[in-house]
Amino acid sequence: MNDLLNQLRLVGDWLASSKQWHGDGGIPQRLLEHLTYSGLSLLFAALIGLSLGLLVGHTGRGAFAVAGVANLARAIPTFGLVVLVVTLAGLSTTPVLVALVALAVPPILINTFEGVRGVDPATRDAARGVGMTEWQVLVRAEVPMALPLILLGLRIAAIQVVATATVAAYPGLGGLGRFIVDGLSRNDYELVIGGSALVVVLALVVQIVFAALRRTIVSPGLRATVSKS
Amino acid sequence: MIRFDTVSKNYPNGTTAVDELSLELAEGGITVLVGPSGCGKTTTLRMINRMVEPTAGTVSLRGQDIREIRAPELRRGIGYVIQHAGLFPHRTILDNIATVPLLLGWNRRKAQARAAELLELVGLPSEMGKRYPNQLSGGQQQRVGVARALGADPPVLLMDEPFSAVDPIVRAELQAEFIRLQKELHKTIVFVTHDIDEAIKLGDNIAVFRTGGRLAQFDTPERLLAHPADEFVAGFVGQDRGIRRLSFVKAAEVPLRDGPVLPATTPVARARAAGEPWVLVVDDERRPLGWAAEAELPENGTLADASLTRLGHTFSLVGDSARAALDSALLSPSRLAVGVDTDGAVVGVADAYELSAATAAADRAEAEAAGDKSAGAEAAWDKSAGAEEEAGGKADTGSAGGGEG
Amino acid sequence: MSDGEPLVRWQWIGDHAGELADYTGIHLRLGLLPVLFGLIISVPLGILCHRRRWLYGPVLTVANILYSIPSLALFMIFVKYTGLTERTVMIPLTLYTLSVLVPNVVDGLASVPEPVRQAATALGFGPIRRVVQVELPIAVPIVIAGVRVAAVSSISLVAVGQLIGQGGLGYYITRGLQLDFPTPIVTAIVLIMLLALTTDALLVLAQRLLTPWSRSKVTAS
Repeated sequence: MNDLLNQLRLVGDWLASSKQWHGDGGIPQRLLEHLTYSGLSLLFAALIGLSLGLLVGHTGRGAFAVAGVANLARAIPTFGLVVLVVTLAGLSTTPVLVALVALAVPPILINTFEGVRGVDPATRDAARGVGMTEWQVLVRAEVPMALPLILLGLRIAAIQVVATATVAAYPGLGGLGRFIVDGLSRNDYELVIGGSALVVVLALVVQIVFAALRRTIVSPGLRATVSKS
Repeated sequence: MIRFDTVSKNYPNGTTAVDELSLELAEGGITVLVGPSGCGKTTTLRMINRMVEPTAGTVSLRGQDIREIRAPELRRGIGYVIQHAGLFPHRTILDNIATVPLLLGWNRRKAQARAAELLELVGLPSEMGKRYPNQLSGGQQQRVGVARALGADPPVLLMDEPFSAVDPIVRAELQAEFIRLQKELHKTIVFVTHDIDEAIKLGDNIAVFRTGGRLAQFDTPERLLAHPADEFVAGFVGQDRGIRRLSFVKAAEVPLRDGPVLPATTPVARARAAGEPWVLVVDDERRPLGWAAEAELPENGTLADASLTRLGHTFSLVGDSARAALDSALLSPSRLAVGVDTDGAVVGVADAYELSAATAAADRAEAEAAGDKSAGAEAAWDKSAGAEEEAGGKADTGSAGGGEG
Repeated sequence: MSDGEPLVRWQWIGDHAGELADYTGIHLRLGLLPVLFGLIISVPLGILCHRRRWLYGPVLTVANILYSIPSLALFMIFVKYTGLTERTVMIPLTLYTLSVLVPNVVDGLASVPEPVRQAATALGFGPIRRVVQVELPIAVPIVIAGVRVAAVSSISLVAVGQLIGQGGLGYYITRGLQLDFPTPIVTAIVLIMLLALTTDALLVLAQRLLTPWSRSKVTAS
């Protein structure tokens, strides 16, 4: 317990010292870097994963490939992939972003696909039966009903990207992981634990954002089923 | 109105869902497609709104080949109700009902107003409109399903086993409600069911399908029960079709006698003189009081002094069928059915044997009427009768099991 | 990376075969023991959540929050207590598995048909025997589905532990970066993926052996 208080005090001290908040390598810059990496890669991954997932889910074609890709992707060690990209392409942001996108696509893809596939066939039948065009079936029926799973996929991808962006500091990139890696190499535990605390807070914020999204954009009619099952 | 012209549906795996079906469905009536699992009835229904495209033949709606109409447009003009309602779980009840009007481009307010109107029409309280499908019972969801289908007031309604997923009591309620609605709306309805009782209860015309997608018989319920085209239809219609036929004989046609009906003021001696084992004691307004057994009548006095046995139930000469009369006879202590008029006054009594004479009368009436059946139905009937001879002895009596569609 | 350096020098792999095998063993231990510990925690916790429904929400929220914390940060928080040891890697990995295993245990138990549950009670099973002998076996397919996900991600996450010196095959990833030499990195990635996919395949096999009844159902349908 004392230890925990100690750690918290360390974090407090580190956060309180004003030099962390200014200039090169300060918290705002690192946070911005982290958010940029994560946000950009999540955006591109969502564009790819959602469109592909909706297409495969709606048509049912390529389902097998999607499952295979998702399974394979989960086995890739993200740390190894980022280090390999830096080793091969040198230390620059774009290759790392590409790697992050590659890691974030599978969870979005598979969950979007599963969400659309999982729509009750009777409901899909009814949607066509009342005269919706294929596009309307997708947009007005399948997507809203798949939304809980689509959001789950996006959340998993976001968690993955935030974590991997942290690790990306090791081969030399910016972001919040910088504090941890630098702290480790300098034996500066205050820096390590302070950086970790920031990463934890960021992860919590991501969770809260997704919980809020779920609350606001998923229809209450669907939430009733989810809680029932 | 809806016409099938030698329509077939074959699947790539070699199964035939519908085999050279020719059928013409009249405007403004309920046509029930009925048959065992895998007989192609659902496929037939779904070909009407192009949810299934036939491999051969044409389906036309009011003389127009439906392939000439874009599928979504065609469907917006045809109501569609399915087994589990298939409501959109993410939309409120009101939004579900407003689906088709919104697809047709109505403004939101007008669509909502229409939806509220329909909610009332199907007998649901207006506050239910704000709820979501999962918060409704199966029967309520099914009502919403019907309301949604009626959204844009389509002339044609397709219903695929709409009441089969709910329990028998709710089903009976929904059926009664459905009959009431149809009296008001006069839609052209095509209704699929595997339940012959439901078919007979709801249908103006019934098309019986056999396994392999062939039409076995297309006829009115009465004729289906009286003259099944072949063994298969007879088997499908059931062993008790003789009794069911009585449903179509009006109780008013039942011959009644009033010999055993005596007022309470009648002296016992006169009641004995009637020579009946049971007498029905009635009051001044001829309302039934109860049965008195001849053997247990008091020595003297009037029938008011006699101990009466409870009546059982009566049948109404106005609303009931001969089937209700027979039921009343079988449950009565005297084995006599008591027929009453609208005021509840006794008209007369009849026993089961006398009631069966009503069937014979119905047969005679039907034989006279047989001439003026619609030409389309007759043609289809002839065709299926021919097909039956080819099929020979392998008319399987509707074995259960196997998935539909 | 110097120009002309191939992605993989096979020579290097041959030279390091013995060492690679050692690290593979360590990697497996670091990746799979957390899944085992996770299972030991999740089964009773899942049963409890299944019985006391109100517990499930909070438990799941905590597990999800733990899962969302990047491994590097979580390792650092534990370094203070457990030093630069294998435990520092395995404890966070164990915590991560909970977010998959607990819900799958609960869903697995929920998948037991109510008639079966009632029949078991009527036949005289006590609450504990019923869970162990009837409900858990029926839940096995769904639980194993969770174990597969947990095992695969755990194996691929071990590599990050190299930043505190305990990363199994992750050693070759940092080594490759330091030497600017891709062969060890590629080798480590491929080996880690092979480990993950082999484990996954073995778990599928285990499920088939453990639940012969579901096999016949699959072929029948």
